[in-house]
Amino acid sequence: MNLVLTRRYSFAASHRLHSPRLSEEENQRTYGKCNNPYGHGHNYVIEISVSGPVDPPTGMIANLTELDRFVEHEVLDTLDHTYLNEDVPVFRERVPTSENLCMEIYDRLRAFPGARLERVRLEETSLNTFEYAGEDGRQR
Amino acid sequence: MIYLTRKIEFSASHLYHNPALSPEENRRIFGKCNNPHGHGHNYVLEVTVAGTPDPTTGMVLDLKELKQILQREIIERMDHRFLNYEVPELAGQIPTCENIAAVIWKLLQLRITKGRLHRVRLYETPDLFVDCYGDGRAGGEGGPR
Repeated sequence: MNLVLTRRYSFAASHRLHSPRLSEEENQRTYGKCNNPYGHGHNYVIEISVSGPVDPPTGMIANLTELDRFVEHEVLDTLDHTYLNEDVPVFRERVPTSENLCMEIYDRLRAFPGARLERVRLEETSLNTFEYAGEDGRQR
Repeated sequence: MIYLTRKIEFSASHLYHNPALSPEENRRIFGKCNNPHGHGHNYVLEVTVAGTPDPTTGMVLDLKELKQILQREIIERMDHRFLNYEVPELAGQIPTCENIAAVIWKLLQLRITKGRLHRVRLYETPDLFVDCYGDGRAGGEGGPR
């Protein structure tokens, strides 16, 4: 039986889209109001999907308490209520777009010992969503 | 290929308890889901069928027919039931979202004869759901995942 378990979490953070490789004008043209100098924030929602065999004694793919703890430790504790550009070291070098954020979250969670990470789906707003399943993932 | 999804809801109670484990182990693994009298959820089930529309009717399968199958196989079996004690298909299993989704897949696969059952998605809460693809590959053939 092919089963995938998905859990939703949320965090709030601010960011500014600005690339040091572009001029002021190009940044403004590329990112529009997302380039405003003091940044802005979102209530992000992430859906974490894991797969694997169901363990008969527990009936579970992964223990949810362990998954919650791992996601809290690896992702939520360091991203929630932060300014991504300054407070999260990787985004001092990389523009904190939701594409990059989605991939960063995937990379942090792929070491989850309890099950195989299938994909990360990130909602920046209820209208914009991003999904990443690794470079070899069957993405849709 | 068209993917058609119908959604239903049912309410049921359950508890997680493995008699092969000690009370302490049950408590440690299952937490408050181990409370002896159980607890309940409003489950939401999305059933996705894949197929090619019949040229005469324009339908993959008649939604009324799918509704009747879901009513008979799922609602009548699980709605307002204590899953551990009242659903024989779950006997001997912990009624987790994973196991319930797999049971639902097996029940529906036998009954859906027009089109092909592609995915069963079962929400236990809005923040926790399981997708079952049977023995097929997740998202195989370009379908929704």
